[in-house]
Amino acid sequence: MVVRLTVNGRATSLDLDVRITLLSAIRDHLRLTGTKEGCDRGECGACTVLVDGRPALACLMLAVSADGRTVTTIEGLATDGTLHAVQQAFVDHDALQCGFCTPGQIMAAVACIEAGKANSAAEIREWMSGNLCRCAAYPQIVAAVASAAKAGR
Amino acid sequence: MTAYTRRHFLTITAVAGGGLVLTISLPGCRPKSGAAPTAGGPIDPGVFVRINPDNTVVITITKSEMGQGIRTSLAMLVAEDLDADWNQVRVEQASFAPKYGEMGTGGSSSVLSNWKRLREAGAALKGMLVAAAAKDWGVDPKDCRAENSFVIHPASDRRTPYGALAAKAAALSLPNQVTLKPKAEWKLLGKDRSGVDVADITHGTAVYGLDVKIPGMLYAAIERTSVFGGKVKSVDSAKALAVPGVKQVVQIDAMGDGINIHAGVAVVATNTWAALQGRKQLAITWDEGPRAAESSESYRAFMTAAVNRAGEETVNKQGDPDAVLAKATKVIASTFETPFLSHATMEPMNCTASVTGNQVEVWSPTQFPDWGAQSLAKALNTDIKNVQVHVTLMGGGFGRRINPDFTVEAALLSQKIKQPVKVVWTREDDLRHDFYRPCSTHRIEASLGADGRPEAWRHRVSTPSIDVLYGPKPPNGWGPNETDGSANMSYRVPNRSCEYTLLDSGVPRGWWRAVSTTHGMFAVESMIDELAEAAGKDPYEYRLGLIDKVWWQQPPDSKEFPFSPDRLKGVLTLAADKAGWGKPLPAGYGMGISCGFDHLGYAAEVFEVSVINDRLRIHRVVVAADSGPVLNPIGARAQLEGGIIQGLSATIKERITIVGGAVKERNFDGYSVLRINEAPAVIEVYFVETDTHPTGFGEPAVPPVAAGLANAIYRATGKRVRTLPLGLRMA
Repeated sequence: MVVRLTVNGRATSLDLDVRITLLSAIRDHLRLTGTKEGCDRGECGACTVLVDGRPALACLMLAVSADGRTVTTIEGLATDGTLHAVQQAFVDHDALQCGFCTPGQIMAAVACIEAGKANSAAEIREWMSGNLCRCAAYPQIVAAVASAAKAGR
Repeated sequence: MTAYTRRHFLTITAVAGGGLVLTISLPGCRPKSGAAPTAGGPIDPGVFVRINPDNTVVITITKSEMGQGIRTSLAMLVAEDLDADWNQVRVEQASFAPKYGEMGTGGSSSVLSNWKRLREAGAALKGMLVAAAAKDWGVDPKDCRAENSFVIHPASDRRTPYGALAAKAAALSLPNQVTLKPKAEWKLLGKDRSGVDVADITHGTAVYGLDVKIPGMLYAAIERTSVFGGKVKSVDSAKALAVPGVKQVVQIDAMGDGINIHAGVAVVATNTWAALQGRKQLAITWDEGPRAAESSESYRAFMTAAVNRAGEETVNKQGDPDAVLAKATKVIASTFETPFLSHATMEPMNCTASVTGNQVEVWSPTQFPDWGAQSLAKALNTDIKNVQVHVTLMGGGFGRRINPDFTVEAALLSQKIKQPVKVVWTREDDLRHDFYRPCSTHRIEASLGADGRPEAWRHRVSTPSIDVLYGPKPPNGWGPNETDGSANMSYRVPNRSCEYTLLDSGVPRGWWRAVSTTHGMFAVESMIDELAEAAGKDPYEYRLGLIDKVWWQQPPDSKEFPFSPDRLKGVLTLAADKAGWGKPLPAGYGMGISCGFDHLGYAAEVFEVSVINDRLRIHRVVVAADSGPVLNPIGARAQLEGGIIQGLSATIKERITIVGGAVKERNFDGYSVLRINEAPAVIEVYFVETDTHPTGFGEPAVPPVAAGLANAIYRATGKRVRTLPLGLRMA
């Protein structure tokens, strides 16, 4: 069926099998490969995107259920070449190693801050616990989210 | 520091448009041993530095980037002695070529093997740029200096950018001798430097293996035998072929020969989703093969029996521990057990391959493009000259991507279907077809002298050796590599031995971050704590009094960088001091300490934990490490922190279970790894920067973790933990 999505501000329509996940639509059909696939069952968070501004695991969501909705991926976070505050904080804190989980971490962090759940290290650790980082850049991720949250306040 | 360049190894070439390329082919100092197997091939290490007319300096990186920051560190080495403007430095990833020599990335060896030759390359190039400018200006090169990609003649206040000098420099002969900058003059090294890939990664534009797309590419998913050693008896692919988008179903034959590909059935389709749907529709009848009865339980029974009798191999023996133990009034004996571990890189295995006739081209997230290329040539029966291996960024490695299996498998499939193809592994594929850190059982029996110091120490180890999969039995047996961290433990005991017994197993084994020390040091550092307690001594003081330049034959010590007891004592003392070792703690709290050396690096760690209502919380970890001078502190800290957290994850949670000859765990729900809310709230990192050749930080912090944590839990609870994973729930 035809699925209409607004991805990173651009309206698009895709003719998809109803069983296709939002992740597959983003990566395979729209070729936005910044969003990563790590487990395909909602365990690792690498595929985190924003759907209507709220965090979603794109591997668990069918593309059809995003029909008519707004999707933001890592590629759509910067505006006019200026990094989003959370992206900048990840750069400033070197909050990554291999970087494969980083797009998901950044999207989850954006949602964490917007939800007002970044008031303490403990709160950040709890909110971000759905996003695995096997390299374990965890100390820097907490620092980056905290500093981005502080900058936004 | 003065270094001598060997001119016949250096070539310089002018390039169109006014740039220059310097090719350095110095036989770098290579590690004696390491996690990685020697890939062989001609030894002609090479590196390119290109200076463009626009003043950018492009450095070819011959090591693979998996998050350890090597693309940044190696570029810093060149840029430092070149006096290049870091903002104008770019890196390019080398594809496989014999001229680069050993490209394999592992064993914490990349800085070790490039430290000298890359700095010499930078210094030689700088010398030529200075000479070119001096010639232009008609002045003595000695009166010129270089800074931020400019040559400057202070007396006449003239300055010319490198880019404008490149063409002229290319016409000059190379210097006979170069001087490397002393540490006091370093501008880049020793200071925090953000990674060269950070911008691409945070923009979502970095290309990992999974993101590669080449023209005409198909996608494949492979159903591999879940029972190791199994074969395909028959396959009914009718339903799979009926799935829209599925093009072909192709059988994959098992391959040993160090490559180790599993038998399976590939479904090739126009997209990943169709390939995965088609795969679900396969009806395969398997011949489970001779390994189907094996299990973690059967392995455990074998290894337990093995460590309760004399080992098949005596790895080391000094004095007569058997006689001393036989006569001892009290023998302290403990058994330690660790499971198979998976690497569980965030990016599952994958590879894109295009084979046309005898021409092989792959895009692979591989740590060992050279071993990959040799394996491709062998498996596809073509000359290595016809093989191209492009190295992508990789979503974690930890040793898994040393193996060429996933690279060769994709190329064999492309050869069969005569089209380019990307083989995508699911998380389940990745977790169930890894090359696992071997399971192990250790038993240490010891007795103490009147002074409380150990008099005898007999350490028996049983594992399924890694090396069995990759070559014939070495003359000195399987034991030495499997007992790294055990046989070479550095505490002074007059009568000591280490014995080894091989467990036969069908489970593929490989190199997991720090390799054998991850289990050996768990046993040794736990046992030394038990002995300290039996002797009524403080475990920190006890260690400090026993660390010595002790004798051992196997595994062989490094000739260039032999074990230094002073460096181990140095990190131990610093960690204890910083942690406030011995300070009073509340009830339910405990501090544990451990230390060790691994891959030429030294680390000591103190863990402060609480166990309250059976819930573990790690309040603070203090690590002190010495791998020589720290080149990029922010990167070194990240490696130590990451190593500690990965070590904690393995200690607390990770276990691969074998049932019916296959891996039981399927995804991150069954194979749980440490999450951000479970990681220690505080990790403090301290460096001892011994003035020596720098080595790596990727591995040395991992092995002390398990015992350090177990020792802390003992202090908190009074219970010794000798079997991993702990399985404790986190508070």
